[in-house]
Amino acid sequence: MDTIAEIPKEEYVLKCSSACAGCSDSLALRYVLKAAGPDTVLVIPACCTSVIQGIYPNTAFNVPVYNIAFGAAAACASGMSNAFRAAGKKTNVIVYAGDGGTLDIGIQAMSGAFERGTDFLYICYDNEAYGNTGMQRSGATPLGAKTTTTPTGKTDFKKDIDGIIAAHNPPYMATAAAAYPQDLFKKVQKALSFRGPSFIHVLAPCPPGWRYSTEKTVEMGKLAVKSGIWVLYEREYGKLTMGAQSKVAMKKPIPLEDYLSPQGRFKGIDPKNVEILKQRIQKNFAKLSAEEAAS
Amino acid sequence: MTPSQKRERLAMSRPLEGATGKTGTWRVFRPVVDKETCNACGLCATYCPDGVISDDLEIDLTYCKGCGICANECPKKAIAMVREEK
Ligand SMILES: Cc1ncc(C[n+]2csc(CCOP(=O)(O)OP(=O)(O)O)c2C)c(N)n1
Ligand code: SF4
Ligand code: SF4
Ligand code: SF4
Ligand SMILES: [Mg+2]
Repeated sequence: MDTIAEIPKEEYVLKCSSACAGCSDSLALRYVLKAAGPDTVLVIPACCTSVIQGIYPNTAFNVPVYNIAFGAAAACASGMSNAFRAAGKKTNVIVYAGDGGTLDIGIQAMSGAFERGTDFLYICYDNEAYGNTGMQRSGATPLGAKTTTTPTGKTDFKKDIDGIIAAHNPPYMATAAAAYPQDLFKKVQKALSFRGPSFIHVLAPCPPGWRYSTEKTVEMGKLAVKSGIWVLYEREYGKLTMGAQSKVAMKKPIPLEDYLSPQGRFKGIDPKNVEILKQRIQKNFAKLSAEEAAS
Repeated sequence: MTPSQKRERLAMSRPLEGATGKTGTWRVFRPVVDKETCNACGLCATYCPDGVISDDLEIDLTYCKGCGICANECPKKAIAMVREEK
């Protein structure tokens, strides 16, 4: 594990955002901005991160932010990045978007930007539902999770957005979790060192949405990784490297139930769905480790 | 009207501490650090989602929302969450 000392002390979210107590979105953003530094513009589509900034004419965010319509973040970032580069500026352009804004409504603009080779970083913080509007299901909601629009548990699988991004062959892509801020910090720094599009998918447990008590946010992210339901890896020019924590989880995962049972959204989940989730964890590990061995 | 005055007419917010109000009023439980037990590892400050724990490990109670992550993650169990008196 890296020492904490190498992470800058500067905070780019001033005390403090209006995120719910124990929010992963704000925890992750602290480290994204520490890694990116002051010469950064955030492009934020409609999501929790748009509302937690504060009320006009004030904002808690101490970097320039462009708040944009739900589906348009990557299109906005493309134009912005091109304009900066044309002016000879190295300013980091970072989309910081929710899972709904990424896997669902923002996907076509994002695909276009990756195809055009836009020089930007796209970060999706994934709280596995439409948090800002009261926890409706999204493409990122996992099988069996209750949301306000799947009151008996979602009957479809979580969409494989990482597979979709990988098909665009970006120079760099990674998964991360708010519960591992040093790892997230390093990945953001690395992503910004590449020219062209990069992508980081951050697991972001959400206390009101996932229905667990606020102090468990970091614990929940660690349980996700230790159970293997969330795998930490990075892919650099197609070469995959699995994170050390996930290698441990692959050899000896903790019971998935340890992750599911503290969360109200999985209360009363059909045991058949738990089995399906466990099988998919094994399959995903097998797929990723085969790719790592081959690359 | 100069160009910069025109730009002022855009809906542009400016950074300000306390832009979302004094979020410490949300708290139900307050983190209380036992300085004797604390080994100054800094993990509480690392994990505080709102960055309200300073370098010298003082908690800014004007803004601390009382989530309890610091207490939950403290390896020395040096932080107690104490109910706020109303
Ligand atoms: C075109 C359009 N449809 C719907 C909305 C309402 N809306 C605002 S934020 C949001 C949910 C965003 O979910 P996600 O991207 O996962 O971010 P989160 O709120 O979870 O952080 C919705 C549905 C909108 N702003 N624009
Ligand atoms: S709903 Fe969830 S993601 Fe949104 S601000 Fe609250 S805790 Fe954060
Ligand atoms: S996590 Fe606990 S031991 Fe470490 S600095 Fe904070 S209070 Fe002290
Ligand atoms: S209770 Fe939450 S907001 Fe308050 S200092 Fe601890 S981690 Fe930060
Ligand atoms: Mg979401």
